[in-house]
Amino acid sequence: MQKLLLLGDEAIAQGAIDAGISGIYAYPGTPSTEITEYVQRSSEAREKNIRSQWSANEKTAMEAAIGMSYAGKRSMVCMKHVGLNVAADAFVNSAITGTNGGLIVVAADDPSMHSSQNEQDSRFYGKFAMIPVLEPSNQQEAYEMAHYGFDLSEKLKTPVLMRITTRLAHSRSGVVRKTSREQNEVSFPENLRQYVLLPMNARKQYKALLQNQASFEEHSEESGWNEYFDGQDKSRGIIASGIAYNYLMENYPDRKVPNPVLKVGQYPLPKNLVEKISKECDELLLLEEGFPFIEEMLKGFLGDCLNVKGRMDGTISMDGELTPNSVRRALGLKTTEGEAVPELVTPRPPKLCPGCSHIDSYHALNEALQDFTKGRVFSDIGCYTLGALPPFDAINSCVDMGASVTMAKGAADAGLIPSIAVIGDSTFTHSGITGLLDCVNDKSNVVIIILDNATTAMTGGQHSSALGHLENICKGIGVEEDHIRVLNPLKKHHEENVKAMKEEIAYEGVSVIIPRRECIQTAKRHKKTQKTENVKTA
Amino acid sequence: MKNDIILAGVGGQGILSIAATIGMAAVETGLYLKQAEVHGMSQRGGDVQSHLRISDQQIASDLIPKGGADMILSVEPMESLRYLPWLREKGWLITNTNPVVNIPNYPNGESIELAISKVPNHVTLDAEKIARKLGTARAANIVVLGAASPYINLEYKALENAIRNIFKNKGDKIIQLNLDALKAGREIAEGKN
Repeated sequence: MQKLLLLGDEAIAQGAIDAGISGIYAYPGTPSTEITEYVQRSSEAREKNIRSQWSANEKTAMEAAIGMSYAGKRSMVCMKHVGLNVAADAFVNSAITGTNGGLIVVAADDPSMHSSQNEQDSRFYGKFAMIPVLEPSNQQEAYEMAHYGFDLSEKLKTPVLMRITTRLAHSRSGVVRKTSREQNEVSFPENLRQYVLLPMNARKQYKALLQNQASFEEHSEESGWNEYFDGQDKSRGIIASGIAYNYLMENYPDRKVPNPVLKVGQYPLPKNLVEKISKECDELLLLEEGFPFIEEMLKGFLGDCLNVKGRMDGTISMDGELTPNSVRRALGLKTTEGEAVPELVTPRPPKLCPGCSHIDSYHALNEALQDFTKGRVFSDIGCYTLGALPPFDAINSCVDMGASVTMAKGAADAGLIPSIAVIGDSTFTHSGITGLLDCVNDKSNVVIIILDNATTAMTGGQHSSALGHLENICKGIGVEEDHIRVLNPLKKHHEENVKAMKEEIAYEGVSVIIPRRECIQTAKRHKKTQKTENVKTA
Repeated sequence: MKNDIILAGVGGQGILSIAATIGMAAVETGLYLKQAEVHGMSQRGGDVQSHLRISDQQIASDLIPKGGADMILSVEPMESLRYLPWLREKGWLITNTNPVVNIPNYPNGESIELAISKVPNHVTLDAEKIARKLGTARAANIVVLGAASPYINLEYKALENAIRNIFKNKGDKIIQLNLDALKAGREIAEGKN
């Protein structure tokens, strides 16, 4: 079969296309974005009419995927780990409803926080919802698990969570394709009350989910994604999940580990296999990318029933991603390093691009606020979060998508006047609208600045759900028309922009200011495409 | 045979094009490949790196262990030094000498040169100057790749073919420019220039 060079993300996408999905739903978020982008670019997906446009947020994406599954078709929904917090209500309840068409939820975790606010481990969500979890160790497995996951989802009538981490998501390798499968026909769930989670019905559904646990575990024992490799040296057994397995094998160039190894790729944990390795070996070493998920389960509350080493006893650091070297140290092997980094090497933090509209917006805002004490600007998730760094030092918070609006409201309610929110256009339609409605209903004294660069910029310039809707949304919610101000964030308009900001800061009520200028990166791209098209028509 | 290469630079300098070229050449040659990239926040003018591994055996880890890299291939001089802990003994450091000064406390050029010269196997070149002579400074990344090419276990022809493939949508002129850039870099490394 054909061999493709794919990122882990792309391998999942190709797997989903070949497994016969009819739709993929997502909001962009590093390191998950490239899954959906791959489907959007795929000519094959276009021919098969697979829908793939961006959703407004992870919750709407999750719910649409549940709806497609209800209608009998296979659907995939993708998000970064913190996106699963946004989708959690729908996600957890989808375990109670169960599925009709196959449903895979992909959560891409970001240990070491390369591009995130925390390191949460999505496997806990899988356990919390009591559904099967798949954790590929490489690109080929990621591809094949998409096939397997959809079959499993339909066979067991449950959503399946696929958990990956940054280093697999953004690493490229050869992937061999399997044959592709037709899409499902539209069909109704057998029981038309399956999805009605009224308490009387939800209790029944929940009992069924509890009963299914044994079957989920049986599949974990037998699917082959959990593999036991025997070894002579039983003084220690090693349990390695997901990509941690690769870091283990890296230390044995001939691929022969002297100790028994249990490679984990599917949850719930296979009890028989875990029991086997624990009985045969004097001590267990746990290698997991993320939190000590398996380790904690094995140790139990008191931690003295088994001799387990891993993150919790400090053999491996509690925070940060694994590396070949940290795993090597944990194995007790000698580690080597090259020369130290010379002292002259200085950090080079990311920064706003030259010509970025946010630069002009922040200069204007800083000047408009110069007569007030610092610490009044609540911000959000996006390129503009870089406004926290010099030379701007312009913002004082970045917590979760949409929190700028509601935190500014809470601070204003507490008497901190003025309180300012700075949020991007895409983040605003993701989770800022309902917060603004709270402000309007409460007549809060806030200034909401929606930095409109007409794209979801930080993740690479994806379509923004806000495009063309911002003023109407604000008006529709009830923001007074006189206090919706659209500005052009350019140096030459600096004075008038500062003046407008000062006026709205002085206004005692809800103001929305929209500095609007396209992202410099997407503008460049558009210019290029325009040029090519002109050449073509000429 | 294995080649573990750390590609280094600043977001936007085109290290992913270098990675794609080596990657395609490796796959065409029938070698195994793993290549870990950085996406997201640091692409905004921050330091970026890519771990590129090619081998005739299956590769386990997506990341190169510290002390295990055969080469640091950098398009920015200070960035070439950030990854020294990864470079094995006798490994090669190959870097462009044009600094990207987008931070206020960028170290002085002489101290960087001195630190690079302490690495026993190194090649430095003004890739932008060479690329500009060929037509555009933007091909500097491929010049650096050319300078590194004698120390990578790939046929020169395989790299040329990869360039033809990767730039095929950009027209013959851009392909030729990048082929020239590759050659100019190679000649520097071989001392012909």
